[in-house]
Amino acid sequence: MNQPLIEIRSAPHVQAAKTVETIMRHVVYSLLPICAFYVFQYGISALASIVVVTAACLLTERFFVRTGTQAGRLSDYSAVITGLLLALTLPPGFSLWMGAVAGIVAIALGKALFGGIGFNVFNPALVGRAFVQAAFPTAIATYTPSFLAGRFTEFIPSSLAWPLMIPADTAAWLKAKNLDALAGATPLAKWKFDGVIANADELLTSLSGHMAVGPAPALILICGLYLAARRFMDWRIPLAILGSAALTAWLLFAFDPVRYPNPFFMLFSGGLILGAVYMATDMATSPVTPKGMWVYGALIGLLTVVIRYYSGLPEGVMYAILIANAASPLIEKITQPVPFGRGALDRARKRATYPLNPGYISREEASAVTPKKRFLPKKPKK
Amino acid sequence: MSAAAPQTWDEFMEGVWKQNPTFVMILGMCPTLAVTVSAVNAISMGLATLLVLIASCGLVSMMRKVTPKEVRIAVYIVIIATFVTAVDYAIQAISLALYDALGAFIQLIVVNCIILGRAEAHAAKNPPMPAMINAAGMGVGFTIGLLALGVVREILGAGTLFGITLFGAGFQPWVIMVLPPGGFFVLGGWLLLFSWMARRKQRALTVGSDHA
Amino acid sequence: MRDQPSSDKKVIPIAVAAPDAAVPESPTAAMIRTLGLVSAICGLIIVGAYQGTYDAVAANKRIATERAVFKVIPTAKSIAEFIAQPGGGITKVGAGDTAIPPGAVKFFAAYDDAGKLAGIAAEGGAKGYADTVRIMFGYAPECQCVVGIGVVSMRETPGIGDKIITDKDFLANFTALDLKLKADLSALANEVKAVKHGSKTGAWQIDAIAGATITSRAVGKAINDSAQALMPRLVPNLDKLRSKS
Repeated sequence: MNQPLIEIRSAPHVQAAKTVETIMRHVVYSLLPICAFYVFQYGISALASIVVVTAACLLTERFFVRTGTQAGRLSDYSAVITGLLLALTLPPGFSLWMGAVAGIVAIALGKALFGGIGFNVFNPALVGRAFVQAAFPTAIATYTPSFLAGRFTEFIPSSLAWPLMIPADTAAWLKAKNLDALAGATPLAKWKFDGVIANADELLTSLSGHMAVGPAPALILICGLYLAARRFMDWRIPLAILGSAALTAWLLFAFDPVRYPNPFFMLFSGGLILGAVYMATDMATSPVTPKGMWVYGALIGLLTVVIRYYSGLPEGVMYAILIANAASPLIEKITQPVPFGRGALDRARKRATYPLNPGYISREEASAVTPKKRFLPKKPKK
Repeated sequence: MSAAAPQTWDEFMEGVWKQNPTFVMILGMCPTLAVTVSAVNAISMGLATLLVLIASCGLVSMMRKVTPKEVRIAVYIVIIATFVTAVDYAIQAISLALYDALGAFIQLIVVNCIILGRAEAHAAKNPPMPAMINAAGMGVGFTIGLLALGVVREILGAGTLFGITLFGAGFQPWVIMVLPPGGFFVLGGWLLLFSWMARRKQRALTVGSDHA
Repeated sequence: MRDQPSSDKKVIPIAVAAPDAAVPESPTAAMIRTLGLVSAICGLIIVGAYQGTYDAVAANKRIATERAVFKVIPTAKSIAEFIAQPGGGITKVGAGDTAIPPGAVKFFAAYDDAGKLAGIAAEGGAKGYADTVRIMFGYAPECQCVVGIGVVSMRETPGIGDKIITDKDFLANFTALDLKLKADLSALANEVKAVKHGSKTGAWQIDAIAGATITSRAVGKAINDSAQALMPRLVPNLDKLRSKS
C-alpha cells in the first residue's frame, strides 16, 4: 500500500493521549451510576436485563471479531457501551430472550455488517432497539412501575419468559399487588393516550411514586457533564438537541397550550435526555464539523418533538436519532469549514480531509485494527 | 461435473441451482419480498410463475421462426400477459382467500423480468422442448427461493409452518417478519449463507488447483 | 467451464451488433401477420380460461360472501343481494348482474331457517393506518343497531391494528351499536364514531383500542359512511324484505 508520507490536517495540531479505548472506558464509567440507579428503581429484573443484553452484545462482538469480518477488539469497551445503553432503553420487564435478540441484532446488523467499530452508519444500540420495537411491539410498550416493594427479591414475571414464548401478563401481576394496570404506563404514553401530564420535579428525579420511567434525567445530565468536561464527548450535540426540542415544543405550546404539553415535560420525559447525551453523541455516527453538530442536533430535537406529537407512537427519540445518523454524512459535506486563508467566494472544489475536532479521535491515532480483507482473487485460477 | 450427464438435465438444473433467479441473479425481487409472509403464499406464487414461464416460453419458442425481430418484445409481452390472465382466473377458481393474499402480485407476474428474460435469452433461440425445460428449471428455482423465504418468515412471524402450529399456543410472533423489513432481513440472511458457501467452495477449488 | 450457458451469453453480441449488421428489415406484412396470429391465439386462450373457470369463480365468490354475512348475523341461513337506489327504493340483484349504478349501495338481506328476515349486512370501508380497512357489519332491524362486524380486507400492522379482529373489549362495542335514524329518516340520529379508549358514553360510540386508535377510527368511519348512505333508504323499505321472496 502506498501510505502518504505527510498527513496534512487543519489546526489544532495537538497530540492527545486519548485513544478509543480510554474514551470508551470513561463512557462506561459514567454509565455505571445510571445503571445502578436503574437497578435501584426496578430491582433484580433490571439487573438481569442489563447483564443479559450486555453479554449478548459482547458474545456477538467476539464472534465477529474472531471470524475476522469486523475491525476492533473486545477490549475497546464499545460493545459494553452498546449493551448498557440498549438495556437502559428497553423496559425493565422486557423478556430476557428478547433482550438477547436485541443485543445480537445491535452488534450484527448495527455494527459488524458495516465493518466494526468506527464504520457503523447507525448507532448500534438503536438499531437493536428498532428491530425489537418492530418485532415485539406489545412487549416493548409494556412498562412496570418503579420502586415496587420486593423488587430486589422477585422478578417481574415477563422477564423470565421461555425463549420464543409470549411473556407473562404483567397487568395481572400488578393487580395482585393492588396496583392499577395503568400505573405501568410511561409518562409519555399517559400524555399521548390519556392526556395526563406528570409533575416537573417527579420527571427530573424519577424518585417519587411508582412512575414507570427510565433513570433520572438529572443524573444522566450530571454524568454527561462529566464526559463533556473531560472532552470525551462534544457538548454541542446534546445542547443542540435539547435546545431545538425545547424551542419546537415551546413554539407549539405558545400556539395552543391546551393541545400541546409544556416544553419542560417534552424535555424530561421519555428517553430524550439519555438519547441526547449518550446515543446521538456516538462519534462514528455524528458529524465531525462543529457547524454540522449544531445542524445534526437541531434535526434530532425537531424530529423527536414532531414524531411525539403527530405519529402513532408516544416516543420518537429513537427514530429521530436514526434518521439524523443517516443524514450526518450529508450534513458533514455541506458544513465543511473554509480552510484558513481562503475567502468564502473561493471555496474548495473538492472535499478536503476532515478537519479534526478536539473531541474526535481518528482511527489512525487509536491504532485500531483495520479489517482483515479476505476477498478472493477475482478470477479463480484455472 | 461429468459431461456425460444428459443435456436436458443440465438445462433444467441451470435454473434451479447455478443460475437461481432469487439467490444468484437476484431477479423478480418484487414478489419475492412482498408475498413470502407464509410458506403457502410463497409456494403458490412460485407455482403460478412456473406455469406462466413454461407456457409462455413454449409458445414463444414455437413462434420464434415467424416472429420478426422488430415486434418480438410486443409478441412476448402479449403471450406472457395471456398466460398470466389465465393463471389469474385459475387461482380465483381454486381459492379466493389465496387470491386475496397474493393480491396484485399475480397480475404483476407480467412484468417479472425472469419471464421476459427467459423468453428473450433462451426461448427465442431454441426449439420448444429445451426452452420449456429451461423455463421449468428457472420456475422451480424461483419457487425454491420464495419457499426458502416463506418458511423462515412464517416460522418466526407466526410460529407456524404451512399453517401447522410448531411451538404451541404461547409462541411470541416476531411481527417484523411479516412486515416488509422482515423480507429484506431474511433475503439478506439467505444471500449471506449462499455467498459464504460459494466462497468456501471457490477457496477449496483454488487451493486444490494450487497444489496440483 | 461447460458449454451450456452459452445460450445466454449469445444475447449480448446479438443485441449490440444488430444495428450495424446487414440484417434486412422485416416486411410490414410479416409483422402484422405475426401480431395478428399471436393476438388470435392469446384471445382464444383467455376466452377459454375465462369460460373454464367462470362457474368455479362465481361459486367461490358466492361462498365467500355468504360466509362473511353469516359471520355478522349468526342466525342467518341464506342471503339475497339488494341494491339501495340513489333516489330511494331498493331493487333485488339477480344472478349475473354485477354492475352497480353510481350512488347506489349494495347490501345483503339475510334470512333464517324459516325464511324470515334475520338481519341486513352491508359493507363499508375507510382509510386505516396502512390501507383501506373494509368491513362488513350486520344490522338488526328490531333494535336498529349493529350486531356484529367482520373484516373483509385490511393491511393493518399485525399485532397492533389487527386487534380489531381479536380484541374482545373492542368487539363488545358491536353487540348493540346504535344506528337509529332521525325522525324524518334523513340521516342517522347520532354519528357513529370511535372515541378514545375508556371514554365511551353513548350507544353509538365505539370504544377504541388503546394503541390502535387509527384503525378503530377507520372501523367507526366505515360503519358511519355506509350506514349514512344506506339506512335512510333501507328503513322505509324494510317491510318489503320481511320474508324471503
